[in-house]
Amino acid sequence: MLELKHIMFERDNKKILNDINLTIDTGKFIAITGQNGSGKSTLAKIIMGIEKPDSGQVIFEGQDITNKTIDERARMGIGFAFQQPVKFKGITVLDLIRLSANRKMNKKEACDILSTVGLCANEYIDREVNGSLSGGELKRIEIALLAVRDAKLCIFDEPEAGIDLWSFQNLIEVFENIQERTKGTTLIISHQERILKIADEIILMRNGKIQKTGKAEEVLAEMNVKPHCCKLNKGTKC
Amino acid sequence: MLREETNKAYMEKIEENLLETIAGDDVRTGAYNIRKNGKGVERQITENVKIETKKDGTGIDIYVKENTKFEIVHIPVIITQSGLKDVVYNDFYIGKNANVVIVAGCGIHNDEHNDSQHDGIHRFFLEEGAKVRYYEKHYGEGKGDGKRILNPVTEVELKEGSSLEMESVQIKGVDSTIRETRGKVYKDGNLVVTEKILTAGTQLAKTVFDVDLEEEGASVKVTSRSVATENSKQQFESKIVGNTKCFGHVECDAIIKDNAKVTAIPEIIANNVDANLIHEAAIGKIAGEQLIKLMTLGLSEKEAEEKIIEGFLK
Repeated sequence: MLELKHIMFERDNKKILNDINLTIDTGKFIAITGQNGSGKSTLAKIIMGIEKPDSGQVIFEGQDITNKTIDERARMGIGFAFQQPVKFKGITVLDLIRLSANRKMNKKEACDILSTVGLCANEYIDREVNGSLSGGELKRIEIALLAVRDAKLCIFDEPEAGIDLWSFQNLIEVFENIQERTKGTTLIISHQERILKIADEIILMRNGKIQKTGKAEEVLAEMNVKPHCCKLNKGTKC
Repeated sequence: MLREETNKAYMEKIEENLLETIAGDDVRTGAYNIRKNGKGVERQITENVKIETKKDGTGIDIYVKENTKFEIVHIPVIITQSGLKDVVYNDFYIGKNANVVIVAGCGIHNDEHNDSQHDGIHRFFLEEGAKVRYYEKHYGEGKGDGKRILNPVTEVELKEGSSLEMESVQIKGVDSTIRETRGKVYKDGNLVVTEKILTAGTQLAKTVFDVDLEEEGASVKVTSRSVATENSKQQFESKIVGNTKCFGHVECDAIIKDNAKVTAIPEIIANNVDANLIHEAAIGKIAGEQLIKLMTLGLSEKEAEEKIIEGFLK
């Protein structure tokens, strides 16, 4: 589904990404982890087109998308949930859900989506996506926006950050539902052990390079973490 | 003869479209007064709302009886005669505890070379406990290079416990406007003003707010959201004076594009230790992160920009 070839990205004389090569198959639940500054978020942004690599290629479903714009990639089926959700003035939660779904959607359907991320829909659906919402509320709305897109490749940049009032189990259920529905691939940048434990594969990054990639149990063993079973890894880790 | 009839039908269509744009499609329900090209042309009154022409012919007086509930009054002005400079003085007297909606506004259609101008001076006198929601929409259209000029003035006097919520919108086609809103707010009175302005080309829009909070518990909230594009210019001036224990909040938020220029001049004056006055002003281009977010949802950069502006002015 996704292939990265020799991706280089350098800023201020620092190699943020240094010759990244990676292949990701359809239907997988992949976690990218690593220390702060290891290049995880930059890699995710390069896949979405938010950042341009200095060199290298991004191949999506057999097509070279290296020079495609963000919106072209979105229309091809790549979705992205930001680590720091963006705030607007005047644009409501309902507006964004409808834009993200890109289809006619009544209020009831939009409310149902919000409920899946633990927000009481009636209280939020007509609110502006602005600073009056807490960081946790914005984060859950951000997750809902990607959940409604039916993207072939869903990228979540640290989705667990700021969801303290909501349980991880709910978050994992959202990922399960997306994958059941789309049969696509979910790529999650995370430090959270509970998310790493349920991944099919983990990509461990360090200093702009991929230090290790492989089945979750192998990488977790190296990280000294035990895997956990769930629907996403089809219970194979039980 | 046929050409005359065709022209007449064409002008009638333009006039109805102007009316609907500024005042909605229910303009002829309830009390209303339609002014066209400097003259009153249609009027209807109700049991609770009287409309009378001023003795000197300079405008109308609108009287709303005390305790009137939920009536809508439409006072639209349309100008289709190029070169006309129309000045009108309308006074609204709102009785005790009345609760009404007033829809005003002006639409100018100018297909010629001469400037068309409307200066509407609206004065509101609210008795104790009265509540008014006041909508004012300004709009210009036409193929001519004659300017479409609108200079609305709103003066408000709010007596004890009364409130006026004013929403002013200018989205399209007005070449030059100076909008002045002046108010005196007395005990527990509340004035809320929201304005939305979009300018393009070489249009000029100036807004002036001047509100005195005179007695305890008086409050005012002014919210201005504007978008200045191309070579247009906007200026926002506000002066809030707190003479007693009161609350005033002014928020001016502008998006600037292309070669446009926006100036915000805040002035808050506290003449009493218990006056609580706040002014916030922000001018800036559309945030890049907002564009990127909407592009990740599949919108092109242009579509994303339009959506952000549409939301901002909603």
